[in-house]
Amino acid sequence: MSETITGAEMVIRALQDQGVEHIFGYPGGAVLPIYDALFLQDKVHHILVRHEQAAVHAAEGYARSTGKVGCVLVTSGPGATNAVTGLTDAMLDSIPLVVITGQVPTYLIGSDAFQEADTVGITRHCTKHNYLVKDIADLPRILHEAFYVASNGRPGPVVIDIPKNIQFESGPYARQADNQHKTYRPKVEGDPARIAAAVELMTRAQRPIFYTGGGVINAGSGATKLLRELAALTGFPVTSTLMGLGAFPASDPQFLGMLGMHGTYEANLAMHDSDLIIAVGARFDDRITGRLDAFAPHSRKIHIDIDPSSINKTVKVDIGIVGDCAHVLHEMVRVWKETAPVIDKSRHAPWWADIARWRARNCLAYRKDGQFIKPQYALERLEALTKGRDRYITTEVGQHQMWAAQFLHFDEPNRFMTSGGLGTMGYGLPAAIGVQIAHPDALVIDVAGEASIQMNIQEMSTALQYRLPVKVFILNNEYMGMVRQWQELLHGGRYSESYSDALPDFVKLAEAFGGTGIRCDKAEELDDAIRRMIDTPGPVIFDCLVDPAENCFPMIPSGKAHNEILLGDAVADIGSVIDDKGKALV
Amino acid sequence: MSSIYSDAPPPTPVLRHTLAVIVDNEPGVLARIAGLFSGRGYNIESLTVSETQHEKHLSRITIVTAGTAAVIVQIKAQLSRLVPVHRVTDLTVESDAVERELVLLKVVGQGEQRLEALRLAQAFGARTVDATLKSFVFELTGSSDEVSRFIELMTECGLAEVSRTGIAALSRGADAL
Repeated sequence: MSETITGAEMVIRALQDQGVEHIFGYPGGAVLPIYDALFLQDKVHHILVRHEQAAVHAAEGYARSTGKVGCVLVTSGPGATNAVTGLTDAMLDSIPLVVITGQVPTYLIGSDAFQEADTVGITRHCTKHNYLVKDIADLPRILHEAFYVASNGRPGPVVIDIPKNIQFESGPYARQADNQHKTYRPKVEGDPARIAAAVELMTRAQRPIFYTGGGVINAGSGATKLLRELAALTGFPVTSTLMGLGAFPASDPQFLGMLGMHGTYEANLAMHDSDLIIAVGARFDDRITGRLDAFAPHSRKIHIDIDPSSINKTVKVDIGIVGDCAHVLHEMVRVWKETAPVIDKSRHAPWWADIARWRARNCLAYRKDGQFIKPQYALERLEALTKGRDRYITTEVGQHQMWAAQFLHFDEPNRFMTSGGLGTMGYGLPAAIGVQIAHPDALVIDVAGEASIQMNIQEMSTALQYRLPVKVFILNNEYMGMVRQWQELLHGGRYSESYSDALPDFVKLAEAFGGTGIRCDKAEELDDAIRRMIDTPGPVIFDCLVDPAENCFPMIPSGKAHNEILLGDAVADIGSVIDDKGKALV
Repeated sequence: MSSIYSDAPPPTPVLRHTLAVIVDNEPGVLARIAGLFSGRGYNIESLTVSETQHEKHLSRITIVTAGTAAVIVQIKAQLSRLVPVHRVTDLTVESDAVERELVLLKVVGQGEQRLEALRLAQAFGARTVDATLKSFVFELTGSSDEVSRFIELMTECGLAEVSRTGIAALSRGADAL
């Protein structure tokens, strides 16, 4: 049954038909008809942000914490260009979004009209797909197709640019029976012969390791269960990328922690020494591999990914399996049970003995002396005092992000939201807002730095407006810490423009927004202060003053191999790991 | 260590491949493909595009590109993941493809130079599609090498203007895309 409604009404109807409950946005001239249609209904709730970039990050947080498609509505011109950073972030981290942008009327396109920007041109490279709707007859199909494209295959952001005259025009609307794209059909099922060959390699491996990524989380809760089942069946160690944390439980003895540039010693050494890497939904990012020609030199590699372009992109693999992680893992479990029901796990005893030796180095150890709170200590206490709660963590980007990945532990997927691929400072607070909208009763904490938080601090106002009790936990070291760390290592300690001068008083700032501010600069007062933060209703900014000189270790300097990892000076038996030159750097 | 990124990889041999890409004929599809090449640093040596199946709104894009073996594989995978792309066929791998290019070429001159231009055109089997007392426009279809040779010779005979179409290509044999 089709009915005749306006383009603006179609937008809202399509959102309703897709089951969308929340949309993040900011009004403006070119989307007023859609905002009017929004006003006249009560199924889709609009969250008014304070900057369009934040709308996209909030939708990302919403999507990543629920597995649903995140939705955004912004106006033309500056509304769309402000959304570009968020779109690029979602593109690199494979987050499904549908972003609706207003556009000047079709008859003004190309005339440099007020608030005109070539949105489809600008966003072509930072979206999975985009549409400019020039005919009202195409609008219903495009609206539903966008949800299909965003969420099928490798997920990503989709932009629909709708000129204002199309929003006013009327046309027939009917909910399509299926909202598939007419030709886009990503391959979901992995090739059976390759899966069998992969399992065959796995049964013979002496030093195997699972290297898992965000794709496992994107593939849904079924995929994480299957990963756990396959790991239990095989007894292989598991390491994860930043984006994949939580897909495999951090508390499981088979888990080696995060790998890569700031990953654990045991995870990186295990990758380097392995004879078989099973990459599941991970893309051999440069932060993971380090020096490519020295990456896992003795290993064969199996790569499972839904995106064929991820396979053999940077690292040549022996068996590439294109397919959805959930499907491929399901088949691997089945084939494993059929062909290798019992494996002599003692065969891996030497491998686990190596891993135990690496673990004994206690690579995350840090010195607790000095007058300052150590950032690692602050996160250890945050972890201890929030454990067992219904907890979601977002982060900004920098040292605090890496420490959060090292010191906060996730046993479930969809609990850790961070900007991995693009590394977007300012991601955490709006993402936390999106998470809190989706999970109103949960404890949502944005682990932040004093520099990153200022990039989208205006969203405190959004948190207050919607009574979202997000907690912003700032590790305030008065530096863009990661920049300072690299300047220390690469540029002779010349701290060019990385000092956070003229910082605001974060306690007063929180209060000015109508929230609560807490400051802590003494380790012995930290536990009480964190408890106070958790118990305070409403938004809190926690200004935790930490050691300004602390660096984030372990660290694989770029252009180095995994086994050239640098460790902090508190690690057991440091002398055998780095030479004097390395020590000077530490 | 001097950068937060790793060093550039060592150089590897570059290969030339001809790709046939079947796409939805929708606005922006060519920009999407051209943008993919510029955005990821791939080369385009030649690109031709035209609607080939009107009722299905399908266009065929023929791209001649050059890159290392790994880059060629990436180009095909990256093209394939674009939503409006139906299929990507590497004509250089799958067959010894028939490749042809059309050139329109204008020579201006009089006397012996003009006669030499006409003789060369005849030798290459070019058609004369326009003639005045002072000029000719020739049309030649052939391989890119043939076309290039023709143009080079014509530079001695009053060559004034050239328009090449870029390469159209089909696989040999009975199999069709």
